[in-house]
Amino acid sequence: MHEEIIFAGFGGQGVLFAGQLLAYTALEEGKHVTWIPSYGPEMRGGTANCTVVVSDEPIGSPVCMHPSIAVVFNNPSLEKYEPLVKPGGLLVVNQSLMVTPPARTDLEIVLIPATEAATEMGQVRVANMILFGALLARQPIVRVETVLAVLQDKLGARKAHLHQVNKAALERGLALAHAQPVK
Amino acid sequence: MAVELLKGNVALAEAAIRAGVEAYFGYPITPQTELLEHMAKRMPELGRAFIQAESELASINMVYGAACAGARAMTSSSSPGISLMQEGFSYIAGSEVPAVVVDVMRGGPGLGNIQPSQSDYFQVTRSAGHGDYHAIVLAPASVQEAIDLMVLAFDLADKYRHLVFVVADGLLGQMMEPAELPPMRPLRSERPDWALTGARGREPRIITSLELDAPALEEVNKRLQAKLRVIEEHEQRYAEQMVEDARLVVVGYGTAGRIAQTAVKQARREGMKVGLFRPISLWPFPERRLSRLADRVDAFLVVEMNAGQMLDDVKLAAGGQVPVDFYGRMGGMVPVPEEIYQAIEGLYAKLPGSLS
Repeated sequence: MHEEIIFAGFGGQGVLFAGQLLAYTALEEGKHVTWIPSYGPEMRGGTANCTVVVSDEPIGSPVCMHPSIAVVFNNPSLEKYEPLVKPGGLLVVNQSLMVTPPARTDLEIVLIPATEAATEMGQVRVANMILFGALLARQPIVRVETVLAVLQDKLGARKAHLHQVNKAALERGLALAHAQPVK
Repeated sequence: MAVELLKGNVALAEAAIRAGVEAYFGYPITPQTELLEHMAKRMPELGRAFIQAESELASINMVYGAACAGARAMTSSSSPGISLMQEGFSYIAGSEVPAVVVDVMRGGPGLGNIQPSQSDYFQVTRSAGHGDYHAIVLAPASVQEAIDLMVLAFDLADKYRHLVFVVADGLLGQMMEPAELPPMRPLRSERPDWALTGARGREPRIITSLELDAPALEEVNKRLQAKLRVIEEHEQRYAEQMVEDARLVVVGYGTAGRIAQTAVKQARREGMKVGLFRPISLWPFPERRLSRLADRVDAFLVVEMNAGQMLDDVKLAAGGQVPVDFYGRMGGMVPVPEEIYQAIEGLYAKLPGSLS
């Protein structure tokens, strides 16, 4: 197993955190992993992305030109990364902020109305967990149980009250992705 | 100790703490600020010295002062800040006191940008300041190696009473990767026998880089050079992969070396006899091993995140025996494995006896 995953969106959407959660979980499961953020002068509202490499082997390059998976949180990220995903790869799209649907036919594409679903759950900030859940539904890089255990650990006692809504969001993402036919 | 997911900058800071750094002086600059932040939190907790200085020049001179007093001292910065410290580096080298400096390199020249780069190679390996000397320069390629080399840096600084750099780039500084920190070392209980500790009950000691008498200063230089020859003899470090039967050896350090590894493996899968040589000490440059490789390979390909700086050292080591080609990105651009692979493929096709 060797997956190169890009999470991309606006700053403030939890893009970097979704990638970190995958990285912590991969470590917990004994896999090799690297996480690198885009870092720049931008603040909230600017672009944000991170690249996570998860592998059974020691990782050489932590950067890649053609990720095997892209999770795009907004339309500019969709436009930027749709052309770059490896043929046969997976593209998870936040349908709520999508303007034009992806056109590629050589990818597995899953459209998730993550922002709407998160708003329905009363917490727009968990859209990242919905998209992460959808990713895991289609490409189970790590186990959902491990994600939830790591999440609990990372939230700690001070933010323990957020565990339930994050867990519910992850499960919502899994359900939404499973409900879609695999193309 | 346990394996944790650690950010490069934080790992460098915590490794320095575990290695027994007693005093940190610094001034914030992206992309190394998390290092300073970690120090700001941890050093006071441990009852050690942390000062955010008013400038980089102040930082390095505080390091100089603390080092003269026999403390394990360090600073960290990124390229433009390192330029500002040049004078202090030279004084530290001239005075022969141990000090450790981390440079998390970013794109230049000038203010440049905050993206990853390796464009300070000349600056840190040639003399890092005026005068006639080299600092020891160590270049990690992973978070684990950053930790290990940080600890080594303090030991080498003490052993040789010399200036040691650990050079990373913005990518390694910002990257998170599983790594294991060493156990906390106890702080040393006694000051070195040359340190300025107050002359009560003994003859005063003098640490200075000033020597107005030319014959005497030449003797100082001869002693310094003799020390550097010992360092060259004993401290050349490198890692290599698949060089045994290689016709083409890719040479890259730090992040560029690590990215090149993926391209080299791809070339092997395509049947090309390609290996990787990754210098870990940039000074002393691992020229002994590289010149032995030059005896039997057909070519070298140097890969750097600059316009070709280590390239000079590889050419010196190759001694004109084989062609030395170069692939680099500049201005904060990070190469991806595909483009290094293309450079390998292009050069390999030109090797003597290759079809095409």
